[in-house]
Amino acid sequence: MQLPKLPVGDAVEVLVYWIEQYFGWLLDAISGGLGFLIGGFQSILIAIPAPILIVLVSVLVWFVTRRDIKLAGLTALGLLLIWDLQLWSLAMLTLALVLVSTIVALAISIPLGIAAAGSDTLNAALRPILDFMQTMPSFVYLIPAVIFFGIGNVPGTIATVVFAIPPALRLTNLGIRQVPTELIEVADAFGSTPRQKLFKVQLPVALPTIMAGVNQCIMLALSMVVIASMIGARGLGYQVLVGIQRVDIGGGFEAGLAIVIIAIILDRITQNLVPQHNERS
Amino acid sequence: MKLEGSVIFEEIPIEYTRSLQPIISVRDLTKVFGQDPEKALELHRRGRSKQEIYEETGSTLALDDVSFDVIPGETFVLMGLSGSGKSTLLRCINRIIDPTEGEILLDGEDIVGMGQEELRTTRRRKLGMIFQGFALLPHKTVLDNVAFGLEIQGVPAEERHAKAEEVLQMVGLGGYGGSMPGELSGGMKQRVGLARALTSDPDILLMDEAFSALDPLIRRDMQDELLDLQQRLGKTIIFVTHDLDEALKLGDRIALMKDGAIVQIGTPEEILTNPENAYVEKFVADVDLTRVLTASEVMRRPEPVAQCTAGPRVALHLMEEHDIPGIFVITRQRILQGRVTLDAAAEAVKKGKQLADILITDVPAVAPDASLSDIISLIVESPYPVAVVDDTGRLRGVISRGAILGALARKGEDINATA
Ligand SMILES: Nc1ncnc2c1ncn2[C@@H]1O[C@H](COP(=O)(O)OP(=O)(O)OP(=O)(O)O)[C@@H](O)[C@H]1O
Ligand SMILES: [Mg+2]
Repeated sequence: MQLPKLPVGDAVEVLVYWIEQYFGWLLDAISGGLGFLIGGFQSILIAIPAPILIVLVSVLVWFVTRRDIKLAGLTALGLLLIWDLQLWSLAMLTLALVLVSTIVALAISIPLGIAAAGSDTLNAALRPILDFMQTMPSFVYLIPAVIFFGIGNVPGTIATVVFAIPPALRLTNLGIRQVPTELIEVADAFGSTPRQKLFKVQLPVALPTIMAGVNQCIMLALSMVVIASMIGARGLGYQVLVGIQRVDIGGGFEAGLAIVIIAIILDRITQNLVPQHNERS
Repeated sequence: MKLEGSVIFEEIPIEYTRSLQPIISVRDLTKVFGQDPEKALELHRRGRSKQEIYEETGSTLALDDVSFDVIPGETFVLMGLSGSGKSTLLRCINRIIDPTEGEILLDGEDIVGMGQEELRTTRRRKLGMIFQGFALLPHKTVLDNVAFGLEIQGVPAEERHAKAEEVLQMVGLGGYGGSMPGELSGGMKQRVGLARALTSDPDILLMDEAFSALDPLIRRDMQDELLDLQQRLGKTIIFVTHDLDEALKLGDRIALMKDGAIVQIGTPEEILTNPENAYVEKFVADVDLTRVLTASEVMRRPEPVAQCTAGPRVALHLMEEHDIPGIFVITRQRILQGRVTLDAAAEAVKKGKQLADILITDVPAVAPDASLSDIISLIVESPYPVAVVDDTGRLRGVISRGAILGALARKGEDINATA
């Protein structure tokens, strides 16, 4: 005996049709905007000659790690390797996807995190959503992205944005909530407006935690940009995918190595962006 | 014989400030933490205890109908065991905690009814706060921490830094403006906390266990520093502590709290010598009185005294009248000159000598703020009362052996009564 199959798939198709009917303009606008951003970042990164960018990034690493010359040197070597393997333009596309996804994800998650820290109701409403988002396997995010935006870089970015939002939102919320009560009392006792309290006390004190969220956001974005190659996002991830499909172990490995190098550099930079206040006082 | 003008009776002006308008006036202040304050208050009116109210409603009656006045320039200490409501009361004064009922008048204005804008202005102008955990902003330099109040008020950077530097100098931290708070020791941090509160020049300083996190030596330094600042700046201070020694040292008056209510308000001496109930008695039981009482608290009025312009005959008469073996001699400005004995005065009258001829100038004298433990041996060994002389040389009072014994005996009885 067989159970009658419920028409779930049909229902979804109707829903999607309905959404496209009424919100198609919105989807188009999002798609257009993201496409423009990705293209823009990509062209800028490509336009800078590789040697110059390598020097710039190495100097940046040297600077934010407070003159860690070893790390700066390794950064330069890693980037040189990517250039040498002729993966430079693919790497720049991946970087552009990561940057755009991160910027959009942070533009959503940080304000929402601040709002959630200020409102227990919003916090309670967001929590189950965030839990749900974080328990889902990452490639599940690809499905709605494909449904609404087809395949390519834009749906890849959308899936990445959604995937990268939760940690930054949570950590922003947490960081602000963890600001010691006495410091909040300082802001109040000296007559701050709510705005002054946020910008002069809460955000700066929470900054190390928020930056940990930014760091996670970037790392998740990178991992998702790679996975998003399954729905046609280009760049290093796609190269890995092609390597797997064609059993081109060498090519896949080279692209994978480039991803790891970029991951490490991004991680070092964002980890060191904010000096940790070594002591709460 | 008429002795007008030769004998000075002067009240020591402890009480003169009482006639001033209060700067802070707390009336029937009640605070309930919890969902349903009305229900808790209703139970309270029916005579339930704080504990019973908590068990029944889950609400905490943190302040229970508190009323008191604070006079400008006074250091008013709130003391009590943990959970007695000291911090809550202090935080109601700048409305970091909103009271459930009652009013708090600052210079006659009710802060409880103020709107947000007005409240901010009042906090900026009138109220400074100093915290137990120092609460310095970790991302700002010491100078920017000290300038924080002015920054909030929108004072331009240059001006507020100049002012902050000045206040840093005052608390002995000139040159530390560029340090980060994390680099300072506890005592230094709290000086920064003090400086931060002083920079916007508020009339009132609220201090919640401000020195409790410091180790004892630093703590004593800070207490002295505060007394010194208080002398120079004349701020009104509300000081929360659960340390009786600290309360006695700093407080002009002390309010003892228990379960959210004030049990007794009085000068340190009143609290020590006339504890109003067993709770207060227990609180003061283990204070070593000789350490706590100062000369000015056990001295009695210096009477009679002889003016140095008067003759030996006047002095003799006074001594005979009061049946005392000696008398202190002072100038019109009450500057202590010395002492003459009954025998010497009688001799001088016979031989027609002047008072100056028989004056013993080498008399032991102590400062009004000397603690009893430091001067007790001097007093006990001295054959006649010891003079209490302030730093301008004026005679403020005298201490006899009997006075000390009296003070200690009163204390002893109290301990026995409690035990
Ligand atoms: N935010 C709050 N929510 C609920 N109850 C509170 C809150 N703050 C204080 N209380 C309760 O109010 C009562 C008074 O607390 P308060 O902090 O004023 O005491 P305290 O005298 O300052 O004690 P301590 O010496 O421990 O600082 C306590 O029973 C406490 O549990
Ligand atoms: Mg407290």
